[in-house]
Amino acid sequence: MSHTTPPAAAPASAAAGTAEALVRMSHVNKHFGDLHVLRDINLEVKRGEVVVVIGPSGSGKSTLCRAINRLESIDDGEILIDGKRLPEEGKALAKLRADVGMVFQSFNLFAHKSVLQNVTLGPVKVRGKSGAEAKKEAMELLTRVGVDNQAEKLPAQLSGGQQQRVAIARALAMEPKVMLFDEPTSALDPEMINEVLDTMVALAKQGMTMIVVTHEMGFARKAADRVVFMADGMIVEENTPEEFFTNPRSERAQDFLGKILGH
Amino acid sequence: MSDYLTDFVSLFDQYDVLAAFWVNLRLTFFAALGSAALGALIALMRISPIASLRLLGTGYVNLFRNTPLTIILVFLVLGVWSQLGISLSSDFDQNFFNWAVLGLSLYHAAFVCEAIRSGVNTVPAGQAEAARAIGLSFLPAARLIIFPQALRGAITPLGNTLIALTKNTTVAAAASVTEISSLMKTMIEFRPDVIIAIFLVVALGFVLIVVPVGLLTTWASRKLAVKR
Repeated sequence: MSHTTPPAAAPASAAAGTAEALVRMSHVNKHFGDLHVLRDINLEVKRGEVVVVIGPSGSGKSTLCRAINRLESIDDGEILIDGKRLPEEGKALAKLRADVGMVFQSFNLFAHKSVLQNVTLGPVKVRGKSGAEAKKEAMELLTRVGVDNQAEKLPAQLSGGQQQRVAIARALAMEPKVMLFDEPTSALDPEMINEVLDTMVALAKQGMTMIVVTHEMGFARKAADRVVFMADGMIVEENTPEEFFTNPRSERAQDFLGKILGH
Repeated sequence: MSDYLTDFVSLFDQYDVLAAFWVNLRLTFFAALGSAALGALIALMRISPIASLRLLGTGYVNLFRNTPLTIILVFLVLGVWSQLGISLSSDFDQNFFNWAVLGLSLYHAAFVCEAIRSGVNTVPAGQAEAARAIGLSFLPAARLIIFPQALRGAITPLGNTLIALTKNTTVAAAASVTEISSLMKTMIEFRPDVIIAIFLVVALGFVLIVVPVGLLTTWASRKLAVKR
C-alpha cells in the first residue's frame, strides 16, 4: 500500500549525508510581553532522527515546535531548515512551510472539506499536482493511516483519533522533509491515543524526521532517538529516552518525572 | 369611499409607480454587486498580514461607515460631477444613476466589510494555521479556507446590510435619480387627496421587495449552518 514513499525517502536521506542537521536552531529567543518563553535555544535535529520534546506546561515546548515553521515568530537567533534560513514572510515562507509537516493538538482539519479534500488540497493547490494523481496518493495515505473508508465524510463526523490520523495523512501528502507534532494526543480520549501513536511509531520506523511535543513516555521509549527536556523556556537536559527516564541528571527533570510517573 | 378608490386608481394612470420601483430595484442590484466586491476587498485588506493595508482598510471603514449616506451622494453629484466635471455617462439621467450606484456601493462596502470580518472571526484560528502549515500563502488560504467558512457566520449580517441597502436606495433622490421616493414627493405635491394611500403604496412596495431578501438569508444561513 505504501510502496512509493519509504523507498523514496531512504535513498534521499542516504544521499544527503547525515552530518548536516535538517533542523538547526541557534540562540533562539522569544518573548510574549514580559514572559521570556524561549531562552537561548540551541537544538539540532539530524535527518531521520526522532526527537521528543517534553516538559511541564508553560515550559515553551509548544512555542519551540511552532517556531520551526514560523507559526510563531522569534525575536532573535536563527532557525535553519535543510541548511536554509527560515524566511520571514511571503512566498518563500509558504514554500518552506510546504516542506515542514505540522500536526496540531486540535487536529485543525478544514471543517468545510471532506477528509479526502483535506488531504488533496495541499498537493493540488501548492504542489500543482493533478486532481487524479493527488486523489490516488491521498487514498494510499488514508489507507496507510487506516481511515480510507471515511474519505467522503466531513471531519466532524469522525472520532478524534480518526481526525488526527487524517491530519497526519494531510501533512504527509506534502512529502515533507520533517514532521512537527504539537501535543498530537493531548486532546484525545484515552482509548484513541494508541491508534494515533501507532501511526506515529510506524512513521518513525520508516525514517521520517520527527519533532514531537508529547507527554507519552511509551512513544518516547519506543520511537525516539533523543529526549529534550524543557523548563522555563530553556533546554535543561538532552539524552536518550532510556537514560533520561531511568536516570535524569537535572533536578528539574527528576522533579518533573517524579510527578508524572508517581502514580 | 368608492370615490376615494377611483381617485386612488387614477394615480397609477397619472404616474408610473412600477417604473419608479424598478429604478430602486436596479439601484439595489448594481450597488449590491459593487459593495460586495469592494467590501470583500476591504475585508481582505483588514485581515491581511501587511500592516499598511490593514490601516488603509480600517481608515476606509471608519470614514464611510461614519458618514451619512446623503452627504456622500450629494458630494458625488454636486462636488465631483458638478464642480469637478467628472461624468460617469454621457446620458444625463444615466450619469446620476451611476453616481448613485457608486455612492451606495462606497457606503455599504464598509458594512459588507464588517459583516465579512465578523464572519471571519467565527472561524477558529487553527484553520488559518493549518492552511499556512501546508504552504498556502495568504490569498489562497483566505479564498479556499477562511472565506468559505466565514460566509456561514457572515450571512445574517450580510442580509441585514442588503435590506438596509434596498431601503437606502431612496436616498438616491438626493443624487437627482428619479426613483420611488422622489416620485412619492411629486405625487404628494400634486395629489394630496390620496396622500395616505400614497404612503401605504410605497411602504407596501418596500415590504414586498424586502421580505424575500429576509427569507433568502434565513434559508441560506440554515443551508450553510455548520454541521456539528
